[in-house]
Amino acid sequence: MMLKKYWWRSFKDKLVVGLAAGATFMVLLPLGAIFGYLVYRGIGSLNWNFLTQIPKPPGETGGGMANAIAGSGLILLIASLIGVPMGIGTGVYLAEFGKKRFGYLIRFTADVLNGVPSIVIGIVAYSLVVIYQKHFSALAGGVALGIMMVPIISRATEEMLLMVPQSLREAAWGLGIPQWRTTLSITLRTASSGIITAVMLSFARVAGETAPLLFTAFGNQYWNKNINQPTAALPLQIFNYAISPFDDEHRQAWAGALILIVLIVVSMSLVRMVASRGVFKGGN
Amino acid sequence: MGVGIQVNQLNAWFGNTHAVRDIQMDIPANHATAIIGPSGCGKSTFVRCLNRMHETIPNTRVQGTVKIGDTHVYGNGTSAVEIRRRVGMVFQKPNPFPTMSVYDNVAAGLKLNGYRNRRELDEIVERSLRQAALWDEVKDSLKKKSGASLSGGQQQRLCIARALAVEPEVMLMDEPASALDPISTSKIEDLIFELKQNYTIVIVTHNMQQAARVAEFTAFFLIGNLIEFDKTEKIFTNPSDKRTEDYITGRFG
Repeated sequence: MMLKKYWWRSFKDKLVVGLAAGATFMVLLPLGAIFGYLVYRGIGSLNWNFLTQIPKPPGETGGGMANAIAGSGLILLIASLIGVPMGIGTGVYLAEFGKKRFGYLIRFTADVLNGVPSIVIGIVAYSLVVIYQKHFSALAGGVALGIMMVPIISRATEEMLLMVPQSLREAAWGLGIPQWRTTLSITLRTASSGIITAVMLSFARVAGETAPLLFTAFGNQYWNKNINQPTAALPLQIFNYAISPFDDEHRQAWAGALILIVLIVVSMSLVRMVASRGVFKGGN
Repeated sequence: MGVGIQVNQLNAWFGNTHAVRDIQMDIPANHATAIIGPSGCGKSTFVRCLNRMHETIPNTRVQGTVKIGDTHVYGNGTSAVEIRRRVGMVFQKPNPFPTMSVYDNVAAGLKLNGYRNRRELDEIVERSLRQAALWDEVKDSLKKKSGASLSGGQQQRLCIARALAVEPEVMLMDEPASALDPISTSKIEDLIFELKQNYTIVIVTHNMQQAARVAEFTAFFLIGNLIEFDKTEKIFTNPSDKRTEDYITGRFG
C-alpha cells in the first residue's frame, strides 16, 4: 500500500519536472532556430569587407555595412543617454517617493507608453525633432529609441528597488545618512544587478527596432559622423536590403541580421562584466 | 560620553492606532535602560521615536517632546538626519549592507557622509570592530568578505560596530539578540556592559533575564502606556504596580 502510493507520488513528480523541462525547451527552440538560421544564411556573406566598407551602389556586388554598424552604435548611444537616466530616475521616484496619486498616474502612463506601437513613437520623434531640425538625423532616431527605453527601465527599476528590504534603508537612516545618499549608495547599489538587466533588456529591445527609425534616422549609404544628419542603422539597412531585388543585397541583409544579434549579445555581456566588478553578490 | 534622554508627554500613532501614550521618562546618561513588556505594547515604537525613525513609516504621527542632552529631537530647527547621527540604532534582525565588504559596512556611516581620511577610517574601523568584539574574527578578510557572508551573530556585532563607528551619544537597541543563539547573545550582552561606560543605552528586550543582566534601569510598558520605571532590582524584586508583578511572574504576556 505504502509502496504503491510512493510510486504514484514519484510519477507525479517526474511528470511535473518533465513538463517544466518541456516548456523550457519550447521557449529555447525558437531562439536556437532563429540564431541557427541566421548563421546558416548570413555567415557566407560575413567577411572583413562587410565590417569595414560602406554599401556599393545598388546592383553591384561587394561592399559592407560599416556605416550602418557605426550609425546604430551612435543612435543607441544617444538613446541610452536619454533613456537610461530618465528611466532610472523615474523608477527611483516611483519606488522611493511616488506612493501617492501622482505616482499611480506616472505608473499608468509608463505602462501605456510601453504599449504604444513603435512606429507611433517614431512619429512623435519626427514631429519633435525632424520637423524642428528640417531634416532626418541620428538625434531624432536616438530620441525615438530613448523614449521607448524609458518605460521599460523605469518600471523594472521600480520593481527592483521595491525588492530591496526596508531594513537596509532603515540601517542607513539610523546611521544619519541622508535620504538621497541612502538611495544612491544603498538602495540603488543593492538593486544594481537587476537594474542593469533591465537596462540591457531595453537596449536589446530598441537595438532591433526599425519602424521608429524609418522617418527619424532615415538611413544613409555613406559615412556620417554628424548627429544632425541622416544616419544609417543596421535594422534600417537590413530592411532596405531585404526588400531590394538584388540577390547580393539579400545575402548582406542576412549577414547584417547576424551581426546585429551578435553585437547585442556581446554588448550585454560586456556591460554585465564591467558592472559586476567590485560589488559583492548579496548573501542571504 | 553619553547624554541623558528626557521624554515628556510622548504620543505616537500608526494611522488611527494610538501606539504610545503620554510617556514621561528620564533616561539617565551612561547607563543601560531596558524596556520590557508584552508584544505590541509599543516598546519598539517608543525607541523609534527617540531617533525619529518612527516618522519614516507612512501615515504615522508623533506628539510631545524628547530631549537628547540639550537638543530638542522634535524641535523646529532640528533635522532628523542630525539626530540619527547622534543616536545610533541596532535593529532586531541583523541588517548589514549586502553589497559592501565588512570594512565598508563599518565605515559606511562616515564614508557616505563624506568622510575621506583613509588612515583615520582604518583606525576607526579597527576600533569599532574591537569594541564590538568582532575584530579577531574578521581582521584577515576585512575587504574581501561581504558583510552578508558572516554568521547571524557576527552580522549583529558588525551592525553594532557600524553604529559605534559614527560615535553616537546614545545607542538604541531594538531586541538586538532575539534572533541569535545563546553564545552570540552572551557576547552581545558582554558588549552592552562594556559600552555603557561611554554610551547611554536603551535596550528593548523580550527576555526578562536579559534585562536583569544588563540594565540598571527597567521600564515596563503595557498597551502603549509606561506602567513602571525604576531601578531594575526594584522592578524585578519589589514592583510597585500589580500589573508589573503579574508580567514578571509570568501571569500574562
